[in-house]
Amino acid sequence: MTPLAAYLLVAALLFAIGLAGALTRRNAILVLIGIELMLNAANLNLVAFWRFSPHPEALTGMMFAIFSIAVAAGEAAVGLGLVISIYRHARTTDLDQINRMKG
Amino acid sequence: MGVVFYILAALTIAGGLATVLLRNLVHCALAVTIAFLGLALLFLALDAQFVGFAQIIIYIGAVAILVVFAILLTRSSDQPHGSIFSRTWLMGLIIAAAVFAVLGWAVIRSARALPNESAVPAVTVHDIGAALVGRYVLPLEIVALLLTAATIGAVIVAMHDRETPQ
Repeated sequence: MTPLAAYLLVAALLFAIGLAGALTRRNAILVLIGIELMLNAANLNLVAFWRFSPHPEALTGMMFAIFSIAVAAGEAAVGLGLVISIYRHARTTDLDQINRMKG
Repeated sequence: MGVVFYILAALTIAGGLATVLLRNLVHCALAVTIAFLGLALLFLALDAQFVGFAQIIIYIGAVAILVVFAILLTRSSDQPHGSIFSRTWLMGLIIAAAVFAVLGWAVIRSARALPNESAVPAVTVHDIGAALVGRYVLPLEIVALLLTAATIGAVIVAMHDRETPQ
């Protein structure tokens, strides 16, 4: 197995773990953490492809990863703000109990 | 493939699994910090020093702390009663396993065509900075605007209502 394939497999496994966390956990904060894990797995793919690309000095994959990290940080801030706002309204972060769009 | 890669990959995967499976949310936050650390070390192993240190600063320094704040503010740190998994957990698990099966199948089938060992890229932080204010200056400005909007939006969304005092 080439090193790139090994990195891609690790990223795929981490993505699946994050997806399982986002889809199966009841707590809204854990769902956000699962989404963060999926974004990180995508970043690992980008950096691995950059490292083994024929022209790494073009910096394309690395720039993509840097901007992806910045967007993920903004997503985490807004997502956790939403969770705190929902908790203040519904007094719970249990997604099985938050099942109404109407406040 | 060095032994370093296997240690770091095991650390990252173990951190991710512990995040999804642990019961106490504070323990989950600590486990996800370990997963972020393992990813940062994997970036360093891939000779992407800037991304690795940015990962440590942003994820371990900011996002993990933000997650801990959210856990404590929503009083999710108490031991949950009942199951920690939702009613539809079986379907979620099947979907995640199917996604991993498809991704793994694609990687293994195309492993022959993937490039093998290549020379260590000679990229310095100076090059990255020059590229950020040169070729990638427009995305940089857009990200600056996005982060400003996200910060203001997060504060407004999480702010107390004045009409309904808690």
